[in-house]
Amino acid sequence: MNKNSNTYIILYATVMVVLVALVLSLAAINLQPLQTANQENEMKGAILLSIGQGGEMTSVKDKTAYINEQYDRYIVDTYAVRPDGEKVDGADAFALLANLKKELDKPAGERLLPVFVSRSDEGTERYVLPLYGAGLWGPIWGYLALEDDWTTVYGAVFDHKSETPGLGAEIATPPFQNMFKGKSIFDGDRLVGITVLKGAGASASNPNAVDAISGGTITSRGVENMIKDNLSDYAEYIVRQATGHDARPGETDLETEEGAIHLTGESTPDIVGEDEPLTIDQDEQ
Amino acid sequence: MSNKEKEPMFSAKNMKLLSNPLNSDNPVIVQILGICSALAVTAKLKPAFVMALSVIAVCSFANLIMSSLRKTVPPRIRIIVQLVVIAFLVILVDQVLKAFVYDVSKQLSVFVGLIITNCIIMGRVEAFGLGNRPWPAFLDGIGNGVGYGVILVVVGFFRELLGAGTVWGYQVVPDSFYEAGYSNNGLMLLPPMALIIVGLIIWIHRSWNRDLIEK
Repeated sequence: MNKNSNTYIILYATVMVVLVALVLSLAAINLQPLQTANQENEMKGAILLSIGQGGEMTSVKDKTAYINEQYDRYIVDTYAVRPDGEKVDGADAFALLANLKKELDKPAGERLLPVFVSRSDEGTERYVLPLYGAGLWGPIWGYLALEDDWTTVYGAVFDHKSETPGLGAEIATPPFQNMFKGKSIFDGDRLVGITVLKGAGASASNPNAVDAISGGTITSRGVENMIKDNLSDYAEYIVRQATGHDARPGETDLETEEGAIHLTGESTPDIVGEDEPLTIDQDEQ
Repeated sequence: MSNKEKEPMFSAKNMKLLSNPLNSDNPVIVQILGICSALAVTAKLKPAFVMALSVIAVCSFANLIMSSLRKTVPPRIRIIVQLVVIAFLVILVDQVLKAFVYDVSKQLSVFVGLIITNCIIMGRVEAFGLGNRPWPAFLDGIGNGVGYGVILVVVGFFRELLGAGTVWGYQVVPDSFYEAGYSNNGLMLLPPMALIIVGLIIWIHRSWNRDLIEK
């Protein structure tokens, strides 16, 4: 048969594409359960890390079994909340978590947001809220664990898809995440989230702030915006839990700012020292 | 075909297909191909190693499949056929990585998908796979994949060692060094430094293999 005839070319292309599609779909279907299990396992692992558990997950032999065992032991309840502050029982929090991005794409009033309740060996309850936002190069996400007063941060875990290694990617390392421990998402009566401040030690005396990563300014800002954005969906619920009454006007202040990171903990620019340039270095490549 | 003598599987000629890409015909440091991914995935040794394995798998099987099909491929759509075969293999590799080494596939992220556009693979299929029998084509694919992978692993080793003080995730620079004032070179973790290391490797390689120096 003439290899250059149109019939041959069309037949050849059709048969090849159908064959390739067939094999690929078979592979995708057969590997899907393993892939989903990996993703769920990773989420469970991150939830455990945010409540300070699962520390041996990198050294144990069977990571999956270990994570599942620890998860079943410490996560005692899950439920979902609506942005108007109502708790929805019976919602599949884990499915919501797996599709968190889809949930956040919905109009604010229709979102269902998962909450994971953990009970430590001493019987203290803590609440884990998932976060999802944007870094410099791609999505970032994380988990914020709150003490049972719904005010103090017990732990935080962040991860990212493609931040710069050594700079923005540092948000996924313990030195950055440990700074969140003991910080407060309330400033007095106002729900304010956690702010990221430029300069090492700038946040030491500020209960609502942590230090930014030097060289990772935009990613650090992404973390701050992610926390504020996600908390604003939980705001009603958190304020009710923390204060016992509905949120009053002005009690939530989760406005995010675009662009530059806060230069110092003080709001007056006069405080900025000579060694602190006012220009913002966007020093990620 | 019958008038041709049957060649042993590992004849000297076939072994050359494996060894040449490691030295005088290396795809990265002699042909300067596949540089983009060599810069992107070598900040740590482990992703560099997995990337190398993935490219070896894709390159050898793309060559094997295209060589087996070479008598049937319509010449006018051969590039498209090559692309489909390569994309097919890459998607398969990506799915397997996601299922079995999830952590690494996360680190490699988009670069596995970008193997499709890796010039080494298209180049070998077009230059060798389409004109030779399957077995030599398969060896040629492995040879070029390994030639690429060796450079990746060397670059990854130095970048991780000097940039993070670790090798394969394990700390090798002792704490006493840091106490004495040594600090990691953050520049090593950025892509430009990979280019400089590749440049240094090319320099060393050419001063040792003088035939390659352009007049």
